[in-house]
Amino acid sequence: MKVALIKYNAGNIQSVIYALNRLGIEPIVTDDHEVIKAADKVIFPGVGEANSAMRSLKSKNLDVLIPSLTQPVFGICIGQQLLCKHSEENDTKCIGVYDLEVKKFPNKNYKVPQMGWNCIHSYKGKLFQGLSENEYVYFVHSYFTELSDYTTAVADYSVPFSAGLEKNNFYAAQFHPEKSSNVGSKILKNFIELT
Amino acid sequence: MLTKRIIPCLDIKDGKTVKGINFVDLRDAGDPVELAQIYSEQGADELVFLDITATVEKRKTLVELVRRVAQKINIPFTVGGGISSKEDVSALLNAGADKISINSSAVRNPELVNILANEFGSQCVVVAIDSRYVNGEHIVHVKGGREATSIKTIPWAHEVEERGAGEILLTSMDHDGTKNGFAIELTGTLTKSLNIPVIASGGAGNMEHFVEIFKNNDADAALAASIFHFKEIGIPDLKNFLKGKNITTRI
Repeated sequence: MKVALIKYNAGNIQSVIYALNRLGIEPIVTDDHEVIKAADKVIFPGVGEANSAMRSLKSKNLDVLIPSLTQPVFGICIGQQLLCKHSEENDTKCIGVYDLEVKKFPNKNYKVPQMGWNCIHSYKGKLFQGLSENEYVYFVHSYFTELSDYTTAVADYSVPFSAGLEKNNFYAAQFHPEKSSNVGSKILKNFIELT
Repeated sequence: MLTKRIIPCLDIKDGKTVKGINFVDLRDAGDPVELAQIYSEQGADELVFLDITATVEKRKTLVELVRRVAQKINIPFTVGGGISSKEDVSALLNAGADKISINSSAVRNPELVNILANEFGSQCVVVAIDSRYVNGEHIVHVKGGREATSIKTIPWAHEVEERGAGEILLTSMDHDGTKNGFAIELTGTLTKSLNIPVIASGGAGNMEHFVEIFKNNDADAALAASIFHFKEIGIPDLKNFLKGKNITTRI
């Protein structure tokens, strides 16, 4: 199984690599279009700021490549947000696989960023198969994706939001499966085992 | 709902855990990786590794250790102790640490907080504050708490938040080692006035102490070392106890 991890300037991806290693996968970290296209699975990870992340993707034409991919693609954290249409974070036009808006959490009575373990529920779709309702996963984010028909898991932090998304071959998680203990490993495994 | 976090802290010297630990099932009682794995499996929400190695050469072992920990555990962890530059942080994050914690170096050079937050993002910058009550004031201490500064704890916490810290690890030196409970008032003041999470540290002696710090939202997380290492409190028992007291916790 060839798994490509998209290389761009968004944050530390070492934890994702180790989490895949624990599943017996040695991912290829690359920004090479041909290598990405040839992979069985593509992971689009990252932590960081939307505008500079989009600039980095554009500088390598990855913003054009990513929506054209046909194998399963998994956007994690900012990866999920960048797969949406637009982010309020520095008014950034994103890739637009999901016709959705990424919004800033209202600051009222809730600390922003949301940092820590929160539960997810109302699962749909393939990545959450085999999990019980209200499993805890690890989040670190200040912006959230609104609920939609693509929502595959819901979490609540002052507002209900999309903890997971799925549309055709594009999967996404707002939380960090690589840091979410056995629940997270199961979600990564579900992605790797997609056929 | 976001849970309250339980964070065991491991003191590391020359790549080994120090402070006695009382896990009979450990193959190597000094191996931080094995201990980290046990805590992770028991349901710890995060881990903190505090490096107290004295010499710079031996510090290189820390990066290797961080790499081994990151390969094995699947929960977030923070590394602190002697970090004073962008290069130090870069090496630790690239080895797989999720956050780093700075203390004396931030006091010496507050601009470091801005530099690290801009370079790596606030989410990975924890500022640790060692505080002691002196002449009616909460005062920041440095060098492992040995040296008093002229800085007051509460304004300092606000300053580092402004500068881009993503979290505060507040150790009350008045409570540390007493096992009489966390510093509820000071921690609560910070937790309620800051918009970043605050980890309470120092004073945990029994399960009720964790209820006391959490029940009125006086801390977002609580850290302890010896009570976990000596198995005075088991993490699964603690979490069940908290749940029974209606405190949101991950089980």
